[in-house]
Amino acid sequence: MIETERYDPVIGLETHVELGTRTKMFCGCTTIFGGIPNGQVCPVCLGLPGSLPVVNKVAIEYTIRIGLALNCTIASWCRFARKNYFYPDMPKNFQISQYDEPLCINGYLDVNVAGELVRVGIERVHLEEDTGKSLHVGGATGRIHGADYSLVDYNRAGIPLVEIVTKPVDGTGALAPVVARAYVTELRDLVRSLAVSDVRMEEGSMRCDVNTSLSPIGSGTWGTRTETKNVNSLRSVERAVRSEIERQAGVLDAGGRIVQETRHFHEDSGTTTSGRSKEEAQDYRYFPEPDLVPVAPPAEWVEQIRAALPQAPSVRRARLQAEWGVSDLDMAALRNADALDLVAGTVAAGASPADARKWWLGELARRANEAGTELAALAITPAQVARVAALVAEGSLNDKLARQVLEGVLAGEGDPDAVVAARGLAVVSDESALAEAVDAAIAANPEVAERVRNGKIPAAGVLLGAVMRATGGKADAAAVRALINQRLTGS
Amino acid sequence: MDLTRHTAAELADKLAAGEVSATEVTQAHLDRIAAVDDRVHAFLHVAAERALAQARDVDDKRARGDSLSPLAGVPIAVKDVFTTRGMPTTCGSRILEGWHPPYDATITQRLKANGLIILGKTNMDEFAMGSSTENSAFGPSRNPWDLSKVPGGSSGGSSAAVAAYEAPLAIGTDTGGSIRQPAAVCGIVGTKPTYGGSSRYGVIAFASSLDTPGPFGRTVLDTALLHEVMSGHDPMDSTSIDAPVPPVVSAARQADVSGMRIGVVSDLSGEGYQPGVMTRFQEAVELLEHLGAKVTEVSCPHFRYALPAYYLIAPSECSSNLARFDAMRYGLRIGDDGASDAEQVMAQTREQGFGAEVKRRIILGAYALSSGYYDAYYGKAQQVRTLIIRDFEAAFSQVDVLVSPATPTTAFGIGDRADDPMAMYLADLCTIPSDLAGNAAISVPCGLAAEDGLPAGLHVMAPAMADDRLYRVAAAAEAGLTERWGHPLLAGAKGLDR
Repeated sequence: MIETERYDPVIGLETHVELGTRTKMFCGCTTIFGGIPNGQVCPVCLGLPGSLPVVNKVAIEYTIRIGLALNCTIASWCRFARKNYFYPDMPKNFQISQYDEPLCINGYLDVNVAGELVRVGIERVHLEEDTGKSLHVGGATGRIHGADYSLVDYNRAGIPLVEIVTKPVDGTGALAPVVARAYVTELRDLVRSLAVSDVRMEEGSMRCDVNTSLSPIGSGTWGTRTETKNVNSLRSVERAVRSEIERQAGVLDAGGRIVQETRHFHEDSGTTTSGRSKEEAQDYRYFPEPDLVPVAPPAEWVEQIRAALPQAPSVRRARLQAEWGVSDLDMAALRNADALDLVAGTVAAGASPADARKWWLGELARRANEAGTELAALAITPAQVARVAALVAEGSLNDKLARQVLEGVLAGEGDPDAVVAARGLAVVSDESALAEAVDAAIAANPEVAERVRNGKIPAAGVLLGAVMRATGGKADAAAVRALINQRLTGS
Repeated sequence: MDLTRHTAAELADKLAAGEVSATEVTQAHLDRIAAVDDRVHAFLHVAAERALAQARDVDDKRARGDSLSPLAGVPIAVKDVFTTRGMPTTCGSRILEGWHPPYDATITQRLKANGLIILGKTNMDEFAMGSSTENSAFGPSRNPWDLSKVPGGSSGGSSAAVAAYEAPLAIGTDTGGSIRQPAAVCGIVGTKPTYGGSSRYGVIAFASSLDTPGPFGRTVLDTALLHEVMSGHDPMDSTSIDAPVPPVVSAARQADVSGMRIGVVSDLSGEGYQPGVMTRFQEAVELLEHLGAKVTEVSCPHFRYALPAYYLIAPSECSSNLARFDAMRYGLRIGDDGASDAEQVMAQTREQGFGAEVKRRIILGAYALSSGYYDAYYGKAQQVRTLIIRDFEAAFSQVDVLVSPATPTTAFGIGDRADDPMAMYLADLCTIPSDLAGNAAISVPCGLAAEDGLPAGLHVMAPAMADDRLYRVAAAAEAGLTERWGHPLLAGAKGLDR
């Protein structure tokens, strides 16, 4: 990329993760996604006059878990703060967040970029409440200004939200967009491994804001940064950074000035447009939340949480890669397809790593793609996939039949064995039945049979095909080949 | 004898003995309200039907032989800052006119659970900001001693209702003195419990770190009885203290100060203090000494900074707490004409829905919290608060309780200070330090000032969670002074007889 010969990009990422607690941050309302609008609210999360927040201890525990996994220091005492601004989806017109006293500070996350380890510094991990969700109806922009009317759903209001803020990442040059994506991917896998969130970017349970600035090479100073919001997929993270680098370089090259502002990312065009200018931005008037007492996690509790942390995803990946004997490229493919856990589960259920990868990345990936869902959302378990692989390995199924079994399982027809029985999909290897079909095929294709007799062994494929058609694909191919050879060449 | 002239304790005894029914007691108070409240204007809403239904329920339970709380069947007036399910709750503001909360405050729930009969909601300065009820959007309440005078505030509706025999008990909230100052100028008893000792859940917030719900009564014992049932830990309020309620009722019955060390705060006297108030205060202190207390003078040098610190901290918190009144979800909505956008509707509603004092404090608070000014204002005020807490700690290492007048002057005339915010703020000079420190304090009548014949209050301050000490001192003073007067002080209130 040509820009990076003149400028060194400096990026920073602020990632919001909705925690998977059963109840909201400050009240007992359920957090289940997709309920009827405003069906999961109470006086507290609606901010009704007189209501008061009470901290969800599980949310504190989850945040500490994330902080520890990110090698952070856990504060022995911290407070919540109010962030004051007016917006209709904020029930109290202030958000309970953390300001200068976050729960976790000063950590790092190592990410692998093109075989190199890049250490991304973590500035802070803090806890806050989510806002409601606005739907602006009418108008051209889909934003509040110009809309005919707006609808607000407060089901999301008060869901615990963790914000993970990196330190500025510089010196990565042209790789900056890739580093950004690799960081968010690693963070997603890490958070998922901690079982504190389902981390689904498309449902908004993980959202990313990307700060970008350009530092003229050799200048030693950082440029003005922009904050790009609405970056809601891994691919978008990379595209947003790339697009901002290009845009800012263009402005600077033309002698222009970068405006400190919020920019919105558009999935369709892959570009950003100007939002609210931060130079005229409001003053949030932060102050310590007087309705809540300070949070002081006891050191023993923090150590208990630390002791219960699972293996880091990068360590686990390295172990699995060695165990499975697969290449870096294959591992990357598994990760990109979100198939790592599924394959690991399938291997654990007895399949070979190669078979497990083949089914998940092949037939099942195709089915998921058709259905427009993720692999993990398919109605099939790793144990069921392992059973299909076992049936193939023992010769009871061939690949074609196996695909039909998978289809049956996905359609809810039961376990693989039940599908095999119900659909009558077992391979036919009974000698007499096969011999009859082979003799019929030879009789129907005398010229082909003659060529095989004369040593043109590949021509036997035609006969095999005929037998397969006659048996509805259930014939054991190896047994058929043996019979053809026996009949025509005597071997 | 007219049922409204009994104390809550007497009514409780009569109810328990079956001499009167809760329905009779409730009806007597509703009749009194109907007779005098057009002049006192203590109530914003009288819930006659509900109150009678609640009273019948208590009577039925008693007839069935159910075990009942000691105050079951005793009526009570509730400041309009507490949410009451299905009953209007305005906080004295136009912006909440017509709002019926869908939930009860924890204290409302406790009153109901204890069988107290809620007569209605009492008037108050808008959002509890004021010392006279003149800031109510619905007109001021009047002092039963002299209807041309204020009943104090912000809980002035509650103090006026109790002083006018419209209710034997009432609840209010104290943020800078809003229980003790109205109690003092109406000649009744009012307590600010320890911060965290009584639940704030369902109390519409003015200043979260200061707001403290508390009881009003005509006697110290009545006040203690109510204090006991309304207090205690509430898991819905994080700042609520998880500890038993101090033994306030037994302390009120004990009424014994022998051996107690009492410190007179020298800093709460001097210029601005009405001579007649100081005289009654000094007489009360002499009485306590005569009853066996050990009286010394104590200095709390930072109390002089309490008022300015308070007027930075309370407005700062209020500027944030009151942000939610934006016309989007409940309450008043102005300018929703289909052409104005959400921000314009918010602005117009807040412009027309809030009164002048509320707007003054929101603006003051927003300024004090703004970036670049925070350290100099809010931050500095919090440091002053720490110094005041240290003054108290130092004082309480020498004495068991501190005393001062409850207010520098007796009740002032309606309109006298309405255009002078500073003069109004001075009404809370003695009460604010306890709010900033979060400890407990009470005001108990100590006589009438010679100049104007209006009541003055003895102010007793105790360490956090030592609320029982307040009642020992107040009950001893009450007993001794009542003996001297020959009748309860309030028997001399003639404002409604003229």
